[in-house]
Amino acid sequence: MSFVEYGETIKDGDTAIVFLGHESMFPVKVQHGTVTQTKYGVIRHSTDLIGKKYGSKVTCSKGGWVFILHPTPELWTMNLPHRTQILYSTDISIITMMLELKPGSIVCESGTGSGSLSHALIRTVAPTGHLYTVEFHQQRAEKAREEFREHGVEHLVTVTNQDVCKNGFGVSNIADAVFLDIPSPWEAIGHAKSALKAEGGRICSFSPCIEQVQRTCLAMEEYGFTEINTLEILLRVYNVRTISLQIPDLGKAAEDNSSTGFDSSKPSHQASPCANLQQGTVQFKSGVPLREVVGHTGYLTFATKT
Amino acid sequence: RKIIFEKQWFYLDNAIGHIYGTTFEVTSGGNLQPKQEVEETTTETKEAGTDNRNIVDDGKSQKLTHDDIKALKDKGIKGQEIVQQLIENSTTFRDKTEFAQDKYIKKKKKKYEAVVTIVKPSTRILSTMYYAREPGKINHLRYDTLAQMLTLGNIHAGNKMIVMETCAGLVLGAVMERMGGYGSIIQMYPGGGPVRAATSCFGFPKAFFDNLHEFPLSKVQSLLSGTFTTETLPAEPEENALVEEESNGLSEEKQPSLQETEEEPAAEAPMEINPAEEQDTMDINAEDVEFKESKEKENKENVREKQIKQWERRKKLQEAAALLREKNADGLIVASKFHPTPLLLSLLEFVAPSRPFVVYCQYKEPLLECYTKLRERGGVINLKLSESWLRNYQVLPDRSHPKLTMSGGGGYLLSGITVVWERGKPDCSNSEALKVEEPSSKRCKLQDLPC
Repeated sequence: MSFVEYGETIKDGDTAIVFLGHESMFPVKVQHGTVTQTKYGVIRHSTDLIGKKYGSKVTCSKGGWVFILHPTPELWTMNLPHRTQILYSTDISIITMMLELKPGSIVCESGTGSGSLSHALIRTVAPTGHLYTVEFHQQRAEKAREEFREHGVEHLVTVTNQDVCKNGFGVSNIADAVFLDIPSPWEAIGHAKSALKAEGGRICSFSPCIEQVQRTCLAMEEYGFTEINTLEILLRVYNVRTISLQIPDLGKAAEDNSSTGFDSSKPSHQASPCANLQQGTVQFKSGVPLREVVGHTGYLTFATKT
Repeated sequence: RKIIFEKQWFYLDNAIGHIYGTTFEVTSGGNLQPKQEVEETTTETKEAGTDNRNIVDDGKSQKLTHDDIKALKDKGIKGQEIVQQLIENSTTFRDKTEFAQDKYIKKKKKKYEAVVTIVKPSTRILSTMYYAREPGKINHLRYDTLAQMLTLGNIHAGNKMIVMETCAGLVLGAVMERMGGYGSIIQMYPGGGPVRAATSCFGFPKAFFDNLHEFPLSKVQSLLSGTFTTETLPAEPEENALVEEESNGLSEEKQPSLQETEEEPAAEAPMEINPAEEQDTMDINAEDVEFKESKEKENKENVREKQIKQWERRKKLQEAAALLREKNADGLIVASKFHPTPLLLSLLEFVAPSRPFVVYCQYKEPLLECYTKLRERGGVINLKLSESWLRNYQVLPDRSHPKLTMSGGGGYLLSGITVVWERGKPDCSNSEALKVEEPSSKRCKLQDLPC
């Protein structure tokens, strides 16, 4: 296992994702002799996990079962221990594409935070690229280093414990891209510019508030960045449901039901109490938006150094 | 060679040797290289009004007539100077607010100062460009949706990917960029051959193509049932592929003059694209002519050449088939004009367990069906139907707001993860599906549990 390379079987020391059910999962560190408790019973690592294929169904002691998944940055993002607010995969995807990251890219990031974006960046720039990440909080920097080691990607990342606004990224003229997720990104734009390669590169700053964006844009302009562009991306997730709607009784003659075009070929799995499948209801599949969705994460400001 | 772009025509010769991102000014015929930053001193008149209560639209505020402006243009006067003239001859300019003046200048600059920036191709540039200019060719796949696909699919170096797309090769190119030449890609194609018009715009090194395989979609069933041979190839692929590419190139050429785009990066890229595609068409034409001339003479050689080509194609096909037969691909990406359900039900068989797959569709309904069918089949978990929204902002001091127009739709994605498929017990997997996804009441309870 590694976050940058697929493996077939589960090995001692791997980080694996235990999938319990819809959106319910957690990471485990696989170790000989260890057990993990789930609501379906106990998983014994030595016998239940090690040597098995990733993607296998594992039966727990109470007869329940779970799936064991290969770790990916996306699964990690959904399951990592939060030390800070994190970036989710929707924002991460557009950041990765707009920063034009690919194998071999050199990236600077600050702050490291919980390492959600860091894992995704490392995945993309591997095996020849490198991530220089700066975190001013000593404990968080330590924790991130530890995680990178556990996940088998430490050779692709350098964690520096310093203040990026004062001391910069600790490197100069080597980066293809810079990412900033700090409270005052405008104070780090100068350092970002000097971290980027002389022949140019891309920069992105993530800020929740528009005032931060304005100051950042002004700073970018001042430092000669071009193609400054601010955008926001939101994800809308749909639940797939079979919906049945009742046909109102308008007192029409019973034989005139050809026009209603019943589409009730498939009875719903969860025969909900009120849905009687007689004539008088119409069923259809629908993608229903979740009741509550993320309305705002942050503004993403991109620019180019030429 | 002459390039037409945004109602301008020019030669690219002068642009060689400059770094990417250099801005050029267009003169009569060639390219001129102006400075990166033009000093923004055009507005030395810092006189400005506070509101527009006295500004009346009488259509006479501009004292220069249409013909005057044309005359200025014909004289070959610099665009910058024309803009200055326009400002000086506008009676209302001084009464406009500072912001309105700014806007006025920007608008005029766009019209009269013809500058082009030459940038390096990338997924970012090409996908934005295709979405703005040729959305029909890429099934209206918006660039942020493409970005989601690359992330959800965990595309990275070393993967063995299966890609099925009818997006002019844009999705293929995006996957190739993310894999950086490491690992392998098997492109499934419909018809006579894969379309890679957009792929060629990326300018990938030749080595990237060494591990790019292709396999005809029409042979999938026989491969799955084990009756696959290379004896019956799909109808003469080369010609078909070329024809398709040719028509691509032609419409691409026409495009720039038809459509005006506001965004700079999107607008700039085609210049780099067109030459490549034009080249293609020209080569093809040239070949055709040669063919006719030397038909008799080299008939034998041609036959031989054809045989060699066919043999090589068979060999490549065998390789691709062998790769697929291992059934251990690291992911599946589908973005096509076809109904996704049959594609997915068949192609997922080639994917290893615990690997992500992503299907794009311009419409939501086919994905609803696909979702249901995958649930019935089993062997997949964490199915998610989603759509992303993208909003661009204007950020200027005291004038920050969302851009006026935003894209209406960028398509839908269905993603999930494969797991070990217990084919023998379909009932079991069905009940699993029920247990895992369906009852919403249980789902809520699941989330409440501390686990």
